[in-house]
Amino acid sequence: MSGASKEKDPFIASLGKIYAGYTGGFAVFVILIAILEQMGVPDRILGYLFVGLTIGVYAYIGIISRTQAVAEYYVAGRRVPAIYNGMATGSDWMSAASFIGMAGSLYALGYGGLAFILGWTGGYMLVAILLAPYLRKFGQYTVPDFLGARFGGNAARLIGVTVLITASFVYVVAQIVGVGIITQRFLDVSFGVAVFVGLAGILVCSMLGGMRAVTWTQVAQYIVLIIAYLIPAFLMSAKVTGVPLPQLMYGFALERIAELENGFRAAGMTPPPGVTGWHSAPFIGANGQFSIPAAINWFALVFCLMVGTASLPHILMRYFTTPSVKEARQSVAWSLFFIFLLYFTAPAYAAFAKVEIYQNIIGQPIASLPEWIKSWQIVSPYGVPWINIVDANRDGILQWSEFRIHPDVVVLATPEIAGLPYVIAGLVAAGGLAAALSTADGLLLALANALSHDVYYKMIDRNAPTARRLVISRVLLLVVALAAAWTAGNAGADILFLVAWAFSIAAAGLFAALVMGVWYKKTTNTAAILGMAIGYVATFGYMIHSEWFGLDFIQLFGSKDAIIAAARQVGNINQNFTSPELRAEAAAILANTAAVKDGALAWIGNIWGSPMTTDTIVLRNRVTGRMWGIGSISAGIFGVPISFLVIYVVSQFTTPPSQAMQDFIDDIRIPKGGVRLADKSEAVE
Amino acid sequence: MPLVESGGSPSNAEAPAVDKATAKAHWAKTSSLMLLVLGIWFFASFVVHIFAPSLNGIRILGFPFGFYMAAQGSLIIFVVALFWFGKRQNQIDEEFGVQED
Repeated sequence: MSGASKEKDPFIASLGKIYAGYTGGFAVFVILIAILEQMGVPDRILGYLFVGLTIGVYAYIGIISRTQAVAEYYVAGRRVPAIYNGMATGSDWMSAASFIGMAGSLYALGYGGLAFILGWTGGYMLVAILLAPYLRKFGQYTVPDFLGARFGGNAARLIGVTVLITASFVYVVAQIVGVGIITQRFLDVSFGVAVFVGLAGILVCSMLGGMRAVTWTQVAQYIVLIIAYLIPAFLMSAKVTGVPLPQLMYGFALERIAELENGFRAAGMTPPPGVTGWHSAPFIGANGQFSIPAAINWFALVFCLMVGTASLPHILMRYFTTPSVKEARQSVAWSLFFIFLLYFTAPAYAAFAKVEIYQNIIGQPIASLPEWIKSWQIVSPYGVPWINIVDANRDGILQWSEFRIHPDVVVLATPEIAGLPYVIAGLVAAGGLAAALSTADGLLLALANALSHDVYYKMIDRNAPTARRLVISRVLLLVVALAAAWTAGNAGADILFLVAWAFSIAAAGLFAALVMGVWYKKTTNTAAILGMAIGYVATFGYMIHSEWFGLDFIQLFGSKDAIIAAARQVGNINQNFTSPELRAEAAAILANTAAVKDGALAWIGNIWGSPMTTDTIVLRNRVTGRMWGIGSISAGIFGVPISFLVIYVVSQFTTPPSQAMQDFIDDIRIPKGGVRLADKSEAVE
Repeated sequence: MPLVESGGSPSNAEAPAVDKATAKAHWAKTSSLMLLVLGIWFFASFVVHIFAPSLNGIRILGFPFGFYMAAQGSLIIFVVALFWFGKRQNQIDEEFGVQED
């Protein structure tokens, strides 16, 4: 298995040269664009050049990496060195949300947003120590493959595929929305057209060459996205502090933010909706005081994002491509390092942008705001302008609460905030595009592979010839991509909040079964199947119930007072967003409040007592329920322990795994030698 | 498709790569390394941040220390711990002769 890696492969040996040349070429290209800009070439042409040329390069890599070999198509021939697989995982992982959205979330939430920074890095610890080396040793093609082989066949495989599709599909739709937003602004086309331009860019990378093409494109995309993220941050740091070391210098920006916030408060101002008034303060409520529910939600989110990271199949399958178990382990460390480079810069972005805005924009006459603000006062797909200036008290002066910036704009507008030339804005757009395209590619491949390899080949036609399997795989890739683009075009930005759910869904459905499958030999087939199914149904069901049936939810789990409060909230929502039936139901509750009783399961909802009571809040124009005050984004906090518990308990009562299965587990636990498969029909051809 | 358990004894001629005692000792050592790194993970992910409100009283280069730990400190611990883990697990594999050939 590892013998092949010992032979000198001329392509692998020259990877360093190839990507160094590519990085140099990209630098020269950026400088050329800068020169063109000085010569007076219009911004629009520069935008086309940036988007066109980078997508062209990805397409070129995708086309030269085309393949007809199954192992190349599914796992890139298992010869991707640890460090390159680390880069590919980095760009596979960092999506439009990380690149465009994260610094903006930190701008809005301050310390609260750091849950994303921690959650989306710490999960790699779990990947490295609990899963990646063992899945690599197992040595098949997909995550459901492992579940099928370890837990006795198609039932486990099918549940794995179901969880994978649920989690990956919402995620890929969000990436396509991200691609659409960027191409729309920089190519100046309608959102619907932009989505299909982006789709073409995604497909050309993955369709011909599968995992092989996606791997080498993702390495190229990582290089573009990290350069595009770091350069503006360095320039911004130089502008604000005089030292171009953003990660070290933003401490002073944090100090300045605290002073400015105190000054605003002293002047009787309040922060704009959704933005914290205490940037560095942990676990605070709206009044700035320590709040236990805030702390619990923060830790729950960190937990769900970490466990979710370790369960997302498009990430786990990247470690199937390394030449050895040893390299799989090293590769996780490299992945985390490359992700770290972006993530430890994001809070600096947020802090510098905040200082610039608080210092130079707030308190100015609205008539004389800088030019860049005006260029962002265009309507976003969310229905409000990206930067919304609301002169609430009509005094012509911009107050703290009157400057409302959408989080997604913080990174995209940084070049303009810092007064940098347009070439930097184009660079940032190219980086955001690389981030969204690379993640979309990885996700589409995970989806198409699950359908073609696990459902079609393993469950429907075990005798399908290789050529037909690859054709089916490509057709399915196209079908899934079109379905995702159609959903993105129709649902638009409304679907973005669903991305956070993908983590909890994957965590609750897969994590316990994967970990127990390796680390607890006595895990039985029935136990794992039940554990996955219950974890998935409980989490996904809870999310849907609490999000779209909030009033119903609170009538089941809430106390009398919580039910009445929820009914009042229904009345406060704009009537365009509530159904007549819902309004009637709420009115009936309020008409006779004396008759309202605690919900049938209120004892569960209030098992911890105050302040962790089950309640509702209005989000996205809906009354949404919160079990024990925990937001639905962290629903995995319920599903993951349930899944572990079910697997452990059921394993005590069901037939223990056969000797053959125990041998199989012994084999995947050590790097040396092959894997003796308990079920010979699972063997790789 | 039959469940594995009903499949009877496998007809494989392959022998295990190492003897049972070595495999067991190797797994015991691997497990304790796993628990140690899991402990580091738990500390850097959760324990240290419980004290964030009081750590914020300390300021270094302008950073409130509690904020710094969540924004950078824990991340650096994760990266360093993972490279160390990779190295240490290799040593364990070589010690028991179960590394890839």
